[in-house]
This record gives sequence, structure tokens and C-alpha cells, in this order.
Amino acid sequence: MTSVGSGGTATIPGIRAEAPDAATSNLDLDHGQLRAMFELMLLARALDERTWLLNRAGRVSFAISGQGHEGAQAGLGYAFDTSKDWLHPYYRDLTLVLHWGMTPRDVMLMNLSRKGDPNSGGRQMPGHYGSRRLRIVSSSSPVATQIAQAPGIALASKLRGEDVVTLTCVGEGGTSEGDFHEGLNWASIHRLPVVFCVQNNHYAISVPMEKQMAVRHVAERAAAYNMPGVQVDGTDALAVYRAAREAVARARRGDGPTLLETVVYRFTPHSSDDDDRSYRSREEVEEWKARDPLIVTRQRLQALGALTDEQEAEMQSRVKASVDDATDFALAAPLPDPEEAVTHVYAG
Amino acid sequence: MASTLAELEEMQREAAKGASRASGGMREVTYRDALREAITEEMDKNPNVLLLGEDIGAYGGSYVVTRGFQEKYGRKRVIDTPIAELGIVGVAVGAAMAGLKPIVELMTINFSLLAIDQIVNHAAKIHYMFGGQFTAPLVIRTASGWGQLGATHSQTFEGWYAHVPGLRVVMPSTPRDAKGFLKAAVQGNDPVMFIEHSLIYRNRGLIPDGEYILPLEGAEVRKEGSDVTIVSWSRGAILAMGAADELEREGISSEVIDMRVLRPLDIDTVAKSVAKTNRLVIVEESWRTMGLGAEIAAAVQEVAFDDLDAPIGRVGSIEVPMPYARNLERIIIPGKDEVIQAVKATL
Repeated sequence: MTSVGSGGTATIPGIRAEAPDAATSNLDLDHGQLRAMFELMLLARALDERTWLLNRAGRVSFAISGQGHEGAQAGLGYAFDTSKDWLHPYYRDLTLVLHWGMTPRDVMLMNLSRKGDPNSGGRQMPGHYGSRRLRIVSSSSPVATQIAQAPGIALASKLRGEDVVTLTCVGEGGTSEGDFHEGLNWASIHRLPVVFCVQNNHYAISVPMEKQMAVRHVAERAAAYNMPGVQVDGTDALAVYRAAREAVARARRGDGPTLLETVVYRFTPHSSDDDDRSYRSREEVEEWKARDPLIVTRQRLQALGALTDEQEAEMQSRVKASVDDATDFALAAPLPDPEEAVTHVYAG
Repeated sequence: MASTLAELEEMQREAAKGASRASGGMREVTYRDALREAITEEMDKNPNVLLLGEDIGAYGGSYVVTRGFQEKYGRKRVIDTPIAELGIVGVAVGAAMAGLKPIVELMTINFSLLAIDQIVNHAAKIHYMFGGQFTAPLVIRTASGWGQLGATHSQTFEGWYAHVPGLRVVMPSTPRDAKGFLKAAVQGNDPVMFIEHSLIYRNRGLIPDGEYILPLEGAEVRKEGSDVTIVSWSRGAILAMGAADELEREGISSEVIDMRVLRPLDIDTVAKSVAKTNRLVIVEESWRTMGLGAEIAAAVQEVAFDDLDAPIGRVGSIEVPMPYARNLERIIIPGKDEVIQAVKATL
């Protein structure tokens, strides 16, 4: 685990680490926005947990989780203009796609692969979100391929003179792929408006950081592409927001991409198909759960006077109603029509 | 024993001769210039068309297809890329999803393997995986071929791509097809593997005056005949024409079919021909095992079993990695003699 990841501020040559206490200063979010950000995190967590339950109940055949990543994603998301910016997510980005406009119903239709699933009509795996309307591009099962594609989206925006920034995310595991190098190299050569966010949860399925890379921090790699590398505590949504806002501003100015590393921890196994007890201790998981982004962000908001217990109780009841509604709606939806299996192979 | 340079030059003369036979409203151009015309017309017409590739700008492309384009269209539309095939295709997939029309040049099909994940797992599946929301209409131009280039630089992988639903795969043998197909590929909504051949860029042929496009489908009968059907594509179709001419002198009448488009495959045209000739020989430059010839043979016998009077003949490369030495290379690649031999075995 990295020093920043365990709550401190690291000084790393060539990169800047955000100090958590700096996060609450110089914020341009009002209390209402802060509460909305927190409610987004609560919703993502509840939807994720419900999906996991449905998997264990045999209703969802595959689940892949973003539990533990909500703070990083909420902070990131709020730095973007979701009415025009593009998102090329990875499979843990439930919080981000909800922020970009996907609804809990949309997500549940995908998880249960029902007719009317706006992501893919039951063709794609859960977690592989996609919506042309919302400018969300479906990610791939081979990891990091989106890192090569996001500069292409940004190239299109730049050539057309549009004020659009593309956000793409990947786990630290994906940074070992050639795609990561090729994508960052491209974006930096052409100063493309991309924010690359590595959500570092310390494990590539079972393989720990030190067996994945010889550097201590992913953000160090930015130096090789002559772009800023920023590492931030991903359990603290406000710290992430502050760092992401700078990266987005840089991209909008035409100064090019940023590599942002959010240090997080995933609370579930990699997916519903593996058992994490074989590669990490329960003590380690519990230690990180004490720094759950929901706890950290709640404390930040309370310290700012932006959140009362009553307000949180109202949020929780809205979230529960929304997740119940999405579940019921998707479970009642029919399966895709059989002919859907063979349509859309070619656009013609 | 197989192709020699003299044989290739003969093929080129044959192609030119074929061209001189045609008449008004047509003009003679090289395969390379046909490609250049297609790209120019599409870039002039549509500002969203851009070119990406290694050495395509100042250098003009390894096979000189894009010479002068960077000066004409600027560095924003003709982009010299890092040596990063995966990155090039990845960027093109992203750009295509976002509404541009990228024409990628991958120097040779051997190097396309470095990008195969982006081609097979992405370009080919985006329309389907999104339930039709996004298209990825990129065109990947690449060159097959050989000519003392060694084991990793002389391969023929069109069958790999033709295996994948969601891709369109074309491998034109004539300037006319090259131009018409490339324009259709750029104007279309699907990802296209547009496979050229390093040994036919200088071939000449007639193309119609003015703009035209050819839909990306359908085989074409290049020569009518009655005793045997010879099927091939790309340079193989030119080789088949040469073999057919020689067979003609021996009194054997061959019908030659150029498949041209490898996905979707036009089996009907082949089956119709076999109904007439009752014999079929398939010629490919690739290894036969699991190759396109195997698929064509299987598909033809499904619909024309009763029409066949002999086992289907297949000609392909000897199944070893390609050696570098010229004499060894010629042993590996099929030539006119092998085609003639295979035809005679069916009679």
C-alpha cells in the first residue's frame, strides 16, 4: 500500500500528492451540491450491494463491483460537465455512469439483461456501460483498451473545435497493458483534452501492486509522457474533486492530458466469480473499511456543516426506494426478443 | 516451383493488356493511383475523413499511397503516428465512435496483429455490443504480400479477419475494384479491413471516368470457361488468370472467379459456375489449414454437391514460416505451375 493511500500526504519526486486537509479549502461546491454528491455515492453503493444480492440469489449471473471506489468516482464526476463531456469508463464506474445520467433502472436492466436495456439490449456483460445519448462508451473486457480509444474521442473533439473533455478510467492493473502506454503517449503528443484516471485499488484481481510494477506510485509514470501526474486519496471525494477540477481545467485550456491516480480499495472480490480470501487478509480489508469513502466523505460534509443526520436519513430512504424500484422494474421486464441475438452485427 | 519476378512482370503485362481491351469512358491507372483517387475524392468531399498511420505524411507511406496528402490536407488530417499499431487503431476506433471517418494505414498485415484486439474485440463489436447505438466506421488499409521479407513480414491473414462477424473484409485485385471498394468503405457505416497486396501496386487497369463506388459484396467472373472453375482473390486471382491462359492453349477452358470480398463471401457465384463446369480449384497464397479456401470448399459442397464431378482442388502455401532466401521463398508460395497441376488433377 502506498503512503498516501493510508491517509497521509506523500512527497514524491515528479508528482504532487493532494493533502486531505487542503481538500475542503477553495471548494466551489455549495452545500446542496455536496449533499447531492454524497447521495450519489450512497445510491451507487446501495445499487451495487443489491446487484451482489441478486447474484447470490441466482438472478444476476455476473456482478462486478465498485464498492470502495465511490468517493473517487463522485469527486471525479463533479469536475466534469456531463452535458457535453465524454466518459469512457471501466467496469467499476457505476458511480460515474449514474452521475453522467444513467438511471438505476438502466443499470438493473443491464445487470439482469432484460429487454429495453439501453446499454446494449442484453448483448453486453454487466458493468460494461454504454450510452450514445449520454456519451458513455462501453468498455472492453480486455483491460485498458479504453485508454487507447479515449485519445481518439478527444482528437475528434479537438479537430471539430469543441469544448469537450474526455474522461477515461482504468484500474492500476490495466496500467501494465501496452494500451496504457500507447494511449498516454498519443494524448500527450497531440495535447489532447483527456483526463486519465487510474483507480488504484492495489490488486489486479489477485496480484498485488509490487508484482505489477516497479514504481511505488502509478502517477510517477506521467513523467515519461511529460504530463502532470497527481496522486490523491480516493476515499475522500472532495480531495479528488479538487484534483480533478484542475485536470479538467488544464484539458479545457488546451494544455493536454493529466494522469490522476486515486488511491482506493475494493471491498468486494474482483467479481462475483472469485474469492478474495486466497490473496488478501480479512484484517487488511477491515482496516480499509474503516476508511470507507462513505465514512470519510460523511465526516467531511459534517465538518463543513453541510450534512445533518436527518438529511442523511432522507437520502437513505430515497436511495432505498430508487433501488427497490429499479429492481422491481427490471425483474418484471421481459427477456430480450430472440431476434435481438442476430441484429446490429452490421450498421449497413 | 513457383512465381518468379518474370512471372509477376508477365502478370502485370497481362493486366495492362486486359486494360487496353476496354473502351470509352474508361482510363488506365495503377492500383496505387486508384487508391489515391479514392482517398482524395473522399477527403475533398468530407472534412471528417482523416488519415492515420506510420510514415504516411512527409514520407508518403511505405507503399507511397499517401504521397503529397499531408501537404494538401494538412497535419491535422494526415497524421504521422508513433509506431504503435494498437494505439493507432485504438485512437481510430475512438475517433470513429465520435463521428470522424478515420482511414488507418497499417504498414503490413503482419503488423495488424499488434492491433488485433482493437480490431476484433472493439471495431467489429461496437455496433452490436451497444445495441446499435454507436458505429465504428473506420477503414483499415493494410498490405498483404511477400517478396524476400522473411517469416514475420510475408504473411497472409485475410482469413483471420474474414472469420469475424462485424467486420467487412475486401481484398481487391484490380484498380477498378480498389477505387470503388475504398470509396464504399469510407462512405459506409461498418469497420472495413481493406487488404491490398504489396506486389500489385504498380499493376495497371481501367477504371471508369468520374466518381463511382462499388458495394462491398459479390464475387466477379473474370473469365468465362466451361471445364473448370478457378477461384481466388487479390494477387491469387491474377495468378489464376495467367494459369487459365496457359490452360486455354492446351485446350482446357477455365472460368476464373475473383472473390474480391471475403466477408461476406459470395458462394452463389461460385456455385453457379460449378453447376456449369463441375470442377473447382481454389487458389490462395495463405496456408490451407483452417484457411479461407477450406471455408469456400465446405460452403460450395453444401449447395453444389451433386454438381461436383471431382474432389475440390486447393492450392496454397507450403505450411512453414516464410524463408527469406529467394529460391526458398519461391518453393513456398504457389505459382502458375501449381495451379495448372491442380486443375489437371480435377479433370
